Amino acid sequence: MIPVLEANSVTKTYQVGSNAINAVHDVSLSICPGEFVAFVGPSGSGKTTMLAMLAGLLSPSQGNILIRGRDLSRMGEMERTRFRREKVGFTFQSNNLVPYLTVQENVELMLKLNGRLNKESQERAKELLLRLGLGDRLRNLPSQLSGGQQQRVAIARALVHQPDIVLADEPTASLDTERAYQVVQTFASLIHAQDLAGIMVTHDLRMCQFVDKIVQMRDGQIARIIDNPQEIRSFANAHMMN
Amino acid sequence: MFSETVERRLAPRALDLDVEIKGLVSPLPPYLAFKEVWRNKGRFLLVSLVIALITTLVLFIDGLAVGLGAGNIEYLDKLNAELVLFQENVDLSTSASQISRAKLNEIKHVDGVKDAAMVGFSNGSIVFEDGREPLDISLIGVEPGRPGEPPAFEGQGLKGKRSAEAIIDRNVALRTGLQVGDRLSLKSIQGTEEEYYPLEVVGISDGRQYFIRPSVFVPYLTWDKVKPQGIANGGDQSELIFNIAAVQLNEPENLEEMASRVEDEVSKVEAVDRKTAYEATPGYSAQQSTLNTIRIFTLLIGVLVIGGFFQIQTLQKVGQIGMLKAIGASTSTIAIAFVLQIVYITILGVAIGSIGTLALSLTFPVTVPIVFALESVLVAVISLLIIGPLGGLVSLFVLLRVEPLTALGLSS
Repeated sequence: MIPVLEANSVTKTYQVGSNAINAVHDVSLSICPGEFVAFVGPSGSGKTTMLAMLAGLLSPSQGNILIRGRDLSRMGEMERTRFRREKVGFTFQSNNLVPYLTVQENVELMLKLNGRLNKESQERAKELLLRLGLGDRLRNLPSQLSGGQQQRVAIARALVHQPDIVLADEPTASLDTERAYQVVQTFASLIHAQDLAGIMVTHDLRMCQFVDKIVQMRDGQIARIIDNPQEIRSFANAHMMN
Repeated sequence: MFSETVERRLAPRALDLDVEIKGLVSPLPPYLAFKEVWRNKGRFLLVSLVIALITTLVLFIDGLAVGLGAGNIEYLDKLNAELVLFQENVDLSTSASQISRAKLNEIKHVDGVKDAAMVGFSNGSIVFEDGREPLDISLIGVEPGRPGEPPAFEGQGLKGKRSAEAIIDRNVALRTGLQVGDRLSLKSIQGTEEEYYPLEVVGISDGRQYFIRPSVFVPYLTWDKVKPQGIANGGDQSELIFNIAAVQLNEPENLEEMASRVEDEVSKVEAVDRKTAYEATPGYSAQQSTLNTIRIFTLLIGVLVIGGFFQIQTLQKVGQIGMLKAIGASTSTIAIAFVLQIVYITILGVAIGSIGTLALSLTFPVTVPIVFALESVLVAVISLLIIGPLGGLVSLFVLLRVEPLTALGLSS
C-alpha cells in the first residue's frame, strides 16, 4: 500500500544560546491510508514537535516529509497554509473551537475555508455531527457544551472536508475516562471508515488500544514502534492496570 | 457503526485544488467579523457607545468651532467683494481702521477695480416695548446696492442713503421675531445719552454675524448718524469716515496682483483677501486653534480607547487566532475579519453619536452658538471613521505575528 505520509530522517534542531538542541532527531516513519497511529512518550520527547512538522506548521532542520509524494519543506508559507486547509484535519488540546460560532458553524468553517460549502456538504456536516451524537446541539455555542462534546465537534470539523491526514494533539487531556474512551473510539472509527491517515499525540497510554501503530518516542528519537495488534493490546492493557 | 449512506458520503474524494478562495475576495472575513460582533453584542455595543460619546463630543466641538467662528467672522466671510481694504498699520483691525470718502474715490479709480464701497462697523441694541431683554447687535453701515450690502433672501435691499431702514440677518429675525415691514427700535449711546432710532425692516439676509453679534445693516449715512458717538470726536467731523472698503475686481483671479496695485496706487491702505481679513479678527485664530486642539485630543483619546479595547481582546484571542491559522485560515482572512470588526463598531458608534448629536442640537435655543456645517461635519465624521482602524493598528500587528504553532502550545 502506498503511504499517505512519509518522514525521512527528520531532525529539528533549536539553537539555545550557543547550544544546539535536537527536539527531534533522525526520525523516519510512514503511515498508510486507514492507519491510526499514536505518538507516545514523556514530556519533551519530541512528539508534539513531530506532529507540528507533519502538519506543516514547522519545517524540519534536516530530512523531509512527504504527503502523498509532495515534499512539505519545498512549499512556501502560503502553499503550506493551503495544504493544511485542504489536506489536514486538526484537533487540539485546547482552543479547539471558535467560541462565537455554533456547533454547526464550527464544522462548516472548514468547508467555508475551502470554498466548499454547499447544500451537499452542509448535509454531510450535519450527518457527521448526528453520528457523533451532537444532533441536538447544532445551534449551541461551544461554551454550552461539555469538554467531550467540544472534542467531538472538533473531530467533526477535522473530518468534514475529507482531508488526507488527521492530527490530534492530546484529544483526551481534559476529559474524564469514560468520555476519553468515547472520543478516541469515535475518532478511530471515522479514520478507518474514511480510510484516512490518523495521528494522535497522547500521554494517556490506555487510549492506545484503539490505534493500529504505537510510535514510542524518547529524547527526540523513536524508541520503539509497536504495530502488532496483539502487542498493542498488551501495551494498552498494561497501562489500564496502572 | 455507520450506515452505508453515511460511509459513502464520508468516503474520500479527490480535492479540487482549483477551488482556492483567497482571503481578499472570500466572504469568510465579513462572516467571521459579523458572527463575533453579533454573538458578543453587549461587549461590542459598549465600545460602540464609547465611540458614540466621542463622536458627540467631536461634533459638538466642531459645531461650536463653526458657530463661534461664524459669530465672529460670518459677515467678512460672506462679503460680496474680493478685496478688503484697511487703513495701513492697524493690524487689520476693523475697529481701528479709518478710511475716508476721498480715499474710496481713489480706490475706485485703480485700474481693474470693478466697484468699491464703504463699510462701517459699530454696535447697538434692539430694544423692545414689551420688556424683553434688549438684543445686542453689530450695526453695519453699507452703501445700498453696492459691495458690502448683503443680499436679502426675504424682502428687499436698502434704497436711500439716509433712509431709516434696515436689513436684519436671520439670527436677529430668529431671536426677535422681527419680520419684513416691522419697525425696530435701535438704542445707541450718543455722548452720555441713550438715543432711540426707529428703523423699518425692509429685508432679511442669511446669517451675517460679526463680533459674536447678529447684524443689522443700515445705509451708510444713517449709520453715520445713529452709530454711538463720543462726547468729543477728534478729526475733521465734516468728512465721512468709515472702517473698511469692500472692493470687487474685474478679474477676481488676479487677487494678489490687484492687492499690490491698490496698495501702490492708493497711499496708506492695506489690501487683503477676505480670509486674511477675517483671520485677523481679534480672538478668532486663538479661539479656532483652541477648539481644534480640543478636537484633535478628543480624536486621540478615541484612538487610544479603541486601541486599548482591541489590544486586550486580541491578546485574549491569541490561542484562537493560532488555531484558525493552524487549520488553514490565511493571515489575510483573519486580519480582514479583524479590521471589518473595527469598521462595524466604528460605523455603528459614529452613526449613533451623529444621530444623537443632531437630535440633541434640535433642543438647543438659537442663542447657543452651535452650527453644523455639512463640510465640517463630513470632515469630523470621516476623521472619526478613521480613528477606529487607526486604534486597532497595534492589535493588528499582534494578530499578524501570532504563529499557528501556538495552537499546539509551541513557538518557533
